[in-house]
Amino acid sequence: MLNNITLGQYFPGDSFIHKLDPRTKLLCTLLFIVAIFFANSPISYGILCGFTLLVILVSRLPFVMVLKSVKPIWIILLLTLCIHIFTTPGETILYQYSFLTVTKEGLELGVKMCLRLILLLLFSSILTFTTSPIVLTDGIESLLRPFKCIGVPAHELAMMMTIALRFIPTLLEETDRIMKAQTARGADFESGNIIQRVKNMLPLLIPLFIGAFRRADDLAIAMEARCYRGGEGRTRMHQLSYGSNDYVAFVVIFVLIFGLAFLRWGTKLI
Amino acid sequence: MSIELKDVSYTYSKGTPFERQALNNVSVSIDKGEIVAIIGHTGSGKSTFVQHLNALLKPDKGMIIIDEVDATGKTSDAKAARHRVGMVFQYPEHQLFAETVEEDIAFGPRNKGFSEDEVAVQVKEAMRFVGLDYDTYAKRSPFQLSGGQMRRVAVAGVVALNPDYLVLDEPSAGLDPASRLRVFREILELHKTRKIAIVIVTHSMDEAAEYANRLLVINKGQLLYDGKPEEIFKEHSAELRQVGLDMPQVYNLGEKLKANGLNLKGDIMNTKALVKAICQAKGWKNAK
Ligand SMILES: Nc1ncnc2c1ncn2[C@@H]1O[C@H](COP(=O)(O)OP(=O)(O)OP(=O)(O)O)[C@@H](O)[C@H]1O
Ligand SMILES: [Mg+2]
Repeated sequence: MLNNITLGQYFPGDSFIHKLDPRTKLLCTLLFIVAIFFANSPISYGILCGFTLLVILVSRLPFVMVLKSVKPIWIILLLTLCIHIFTTPGETILYQYSFLTVTKEGLELGVKMCLRLILLLLFSSILTFTTSPIVLTDGIESLLRPFKCIGVPAHELAMMMTIALRFIPTLLEETDRIMKAQTARGADFESGNIIQRVKNMLPLLIPLFIGAFRRADDLAIAMEARCYRGGEGRTRMHQLSYGSNDYVAFVVIFVLIFGLAFLRWGTKLI
Repeated sequence: MSIELKDVSYTYSKGTPFERQALNNVSVSIDKGEIVAIIGHTGSGKSTFVQHLNALLKPDKGMIIIDEVDATGKTSDAKAARHRVGMVFQYPEHQLFAETVEEDIAFGPRNKGFSEDEVAVQVKEAMRFVGLDYDTYAKRSPFQLSGGQMRRVAVAGVVALNPDYLVLDEPSAGLDPASRLRVFREILELHKTRKIAIVIVTHSMDEAAEYANRLLVINKGQLLYDGKPEEIFKEHSAELRQVGLDMPQVYNLGEKLKANGLNLKGDIMNTKALVKAICQAKGWKNAK
């Protein structure tokens, strides 16, 4: 019943992108987002699109799957497009109908904004497609560590995220199992009005919560029994380390950024 | 009156990278009045198989027919047919939810539309079946019981549905030997008094050989053997070992006795046969 929910969206593989250190991927994604905001000319947008396509190709992810990640925000895209088209003042009027005016500037701006959003989303989905959630949290923890001195609880945040990620599939599985068991006893989760439905959910929710609390309890005891005392002085099983691939990735992304910056400001200087 | 599976295949997480075929072209027919044991290695697809018996999982391919009705449909006939198959899941104690034992057992019968009087009768009957004293347990919270007692409440919750087919997925897992025996006694009694079909998934060859009159062996999502337990154990012992299963302990014991010079006749697959053979060999009168 719930088996078509895939969690996170990690798509296992062993491409160049998959093998990058999670910190590299996180930082490169951030840098790419910066790069997106450097772009202002059609050429620079072309470069960004080309680069994104290239990364998808290198990661060997199914192309359609990556494109589908844009689907959830299509409403936002549409709104962005409309707002920019109809509210941007400009000289060249393309179309006018009572108070609605479409200008060339507005159209350009709308398309640009949408393109930015799409690129942003595509690139961050490549990150989550190629990095397992657990590795990603490791990366986040490691990147946040320097901020510990200003009070960011990096380890605790990462541990919480890891545990949550670890237990979401378990909870989903459990939901599926209890749902099946109660359906076999004639429970009906699909029909009735709101109040009835909420009431019908109780046979699902109660065992689920009890299970979750039991698990949390067990986990706490198991962690304590293995002397877990927070992040202080803790070493890790999988040490993160930068390899030559990571340097290549950084070089590529910096070239991209400087290239775009040059296209924007450099050309005026010459 | 039977449950028929025709060429049933099932794949988990279809269309994702985690796709996994759990059943492959399984056809089987289970008649009313049978006791069917299902054995197979861990992950072979037993739980997946039994969840098809009342169409809780809808097959990708193939048909599920319960009492001549296509059970995967949305019609009220199909729903009624599905409700005639009671299903006790692996670790069923995790599905308890109500405030009292009585309420929890009554959940199924109420959903089935029994009147309050009928519900009360069914609940009492079911509790008697699983050996829970009504006066002691009816008003207690199911969460304050021991694991074994919770298991019984859960089984009672399914028995109270008064099913024509009772499917149990490892009902004795994690129970002490005495409780295991009890569970099986109760199931056998249920079978005798209500003339219903019983399907039991088990990891114990002994339980399979002891109680079942039909055995299904599942391996890698396929039905490997289907037949009488004694015959399957006798004819396919080597293949069974190959797929990670074993012979019943009783059989091994009999073989050892034979090797030590006791003149036992025939193939011994359950305690009854063993007792008979020993009595014969020793010239004792086989009292019972
Ligand atoms: N919800 C699920 N999602 C994906 N794969 C699953 C799911 N449930 C089971 N499987 C896979 O399907 C196969 C059959 O599982 P099943 O639960 O039927 O095994 P089983 O024979 O009951 O094992 P056990 O003896 O351990 O209970 C297994 O390989 C398992 O990994
Ligand atoms: Mg199982």
